[in-house]
Amino acid sequence: MSVLVFTEAGNGKIRKNSLEAVNYAANIAKTISGSVVAVIDGKTDAALLAELGKAGANKVLTVAGDAISNGDAAAWANAIEQIAKAENSSVVVFSHDLMGKAIAPRVAVKLKAGCVSGATGIPVADGGKLLVEKAAYSGKASAVFAISSEKKVITLLPNSFQVQLGGGTAEVAAFNADFSAVKGSIVVKERKTRTAATAPLPEAELVVSAGRGLKAPENWGIVEELATSLGATTACSRPVADMHWRPHHEHVGQTGVAIRPNLYIAIGISGAIQHLAGVNGSKTIVVINTDKEAPFFKSADYGVVGDAFDIVPRLTEAIKKFKAAQH
Amino acid sequence: MKILVCISSVPDTTTKIVFTPDGTQLNKQGVQFVINPYDEWYALVRALELKEAKGSGTVTLIHAGPAENDAIIRKGLAIGADDAVRIDFDPADSYDVAEQIAAYAEGKGFDLIMVGKETIDTNSSLVGGMIAEFMQLPFVSLASKLDVNGSAATLETDIDGGTAVVETSLPAVVSCQKGMAEARIPNMRGIMAARTKPLTVVPVANASSLTSAVKFTPSEGRKAVKMIDASNMDELVSLLHNEAKVI
Repeated sequence: MSVLVFTEAGNGKIRKNSLEAVNYAANIAKTISGSVVAVIDGKTDAALLAELGKAGANKVLTVAGDAISNGDAAAWANAIEQIAKAENSSVVVFSHDLMGKAIAPRVAVKLKAGCVSGATGIPVADGGKLLVEKAAYSGKASAVFAISSEKKVITLLPNSFQVQLGGGTAEVAAFNADFSAVKGSIVVKERKTRTAATAPLPEAELVVSAGRGLKAPENWGIVEELATSLGATTACSRPVADMHWRPHHEHVGQTGVAIRPNLYIAIGISGAIQHLAGVNGSKTIVVINTDKEAPFFKSADYGVVGDAFDIVPRLTEAIKKFKAAQH
Repeated sequence: MKILVCISSVPDTTTKIVFTPDGTQLNKQGVQFVINPYDEWYALVRALELKEAKGSGTVTLIHAGPAENDAIIRKGLAIGADDAVRIDFDPADSYDVAEQIAAYAEGKGFDLIMVGKETIDTNSSLVGGMIAEFMQLPFVSLASKLDVNGSAATLETDIDGGTAVVETSLPAVVSCQKGMAEARIPNMRGIMAARTKPLTVVPVANASSLTSAVKFTPSEGRKAVKMIDASNMDELVSLLHNEAKVI
């Protein structure tokens, strides 16, 4: 029996979400006394694959094909179905990210597998079932779901666990998938990627976010300086994105991007329930606001009342001093 | 052009979430149910815009749920959908919903099947991809733009660190997010018309029920906020390092 896990590389390394997923698969494998099989695009630099062994994979299967390298979910689901059969996989794990959301539902249908998506806890075996914890109601509750089907699919919410790397090694082999059954096609006409020095928002561990309290787009310098001092990614509230003060991809909240970084610093954001729904999974929340009655303080770990234009530059200085002292 | 829009019934974002004493389900008493915002604001409204731009076609709503959910279906009709289908059962999970919707839609000639990017109750993001797999159709997830040209559609979708423009043949399944359209508020004429628009109820033979809810627990609130004096940012940095251990 095995646990199959979908992995990806990007920017010259195995993605953090994928390492988390391999760790998670290794934990499930312990529960069901199985091995861990990681699958990855055959175009991935072979030197990177050792990392998957360190994260807990016993075997790495590479899959070659243009559709695979283009990230075509239907082709991937097709290959994963075949690998799951060949490797006698009872559980298939994905990260709950862009590719995971596209492939996992297809794999669940192919395998007639019950699927829990956005898992936050290590599954617990209960007879032939797996009990899986996840967040529900946009973070207002947690839920435990039982998967009772023979085959099971789980997607792991990113940043739920710290990546652990050990001394394990994995054998690497190529898997020849048959793509003749894949129907329809999605053609990528153009890719527009933003060049950024920091992690994209869904993966960022540190986020500095600002809202209408900043008063005007030209005032964002102090926010960017704080983010730079921390190595954090910048974000914003909905009104700020709607007024085009900041680009839409920075909008965090229920309608924008939902994030769960280790640290979320909210500057001049009052904390509407729709905003909280997108950020309340953050481990630590710092709120800086002039209004001491701002509802966000009720959902914060640390609060500072005062003028952002005064506080933020001083926080940046304090961070720089702390970083300098660490070296 | 025939468009099918899948809508889910969810508690309004501002509703306080309370569970039954055994924790196995939501206590529905006093809860305001609405159409899942992503289904309504983005999938439904964009479907209506596509139909209006073409000057012909139909927009059909489909919902899997019990009769008490007819109110939210009528709201979707008031916003402008032409007719609606309710699959009459209480689904256990996304698999059940997708399986039944796919079974209904098969062979009916829909050009587009549209869903929201996720529901705000389980935040699963599964139904669209599952329908696509059941029906062996292309699936574009997290689309923020959608235009139809003949028998193909051009969409903008998220990729890591950016966006991509993709083209798909039709029929296809699309999950919709912010950017697609702006929310519409039904007017009095729409509300009146919705009362007499066709709402077909379809029975279910057997549901798969591969997963089940075991227990819901309300999230623990955070501990009381620690207020830091605005003049003492060194203390905040020290707490973030030593206490929260996040920097």
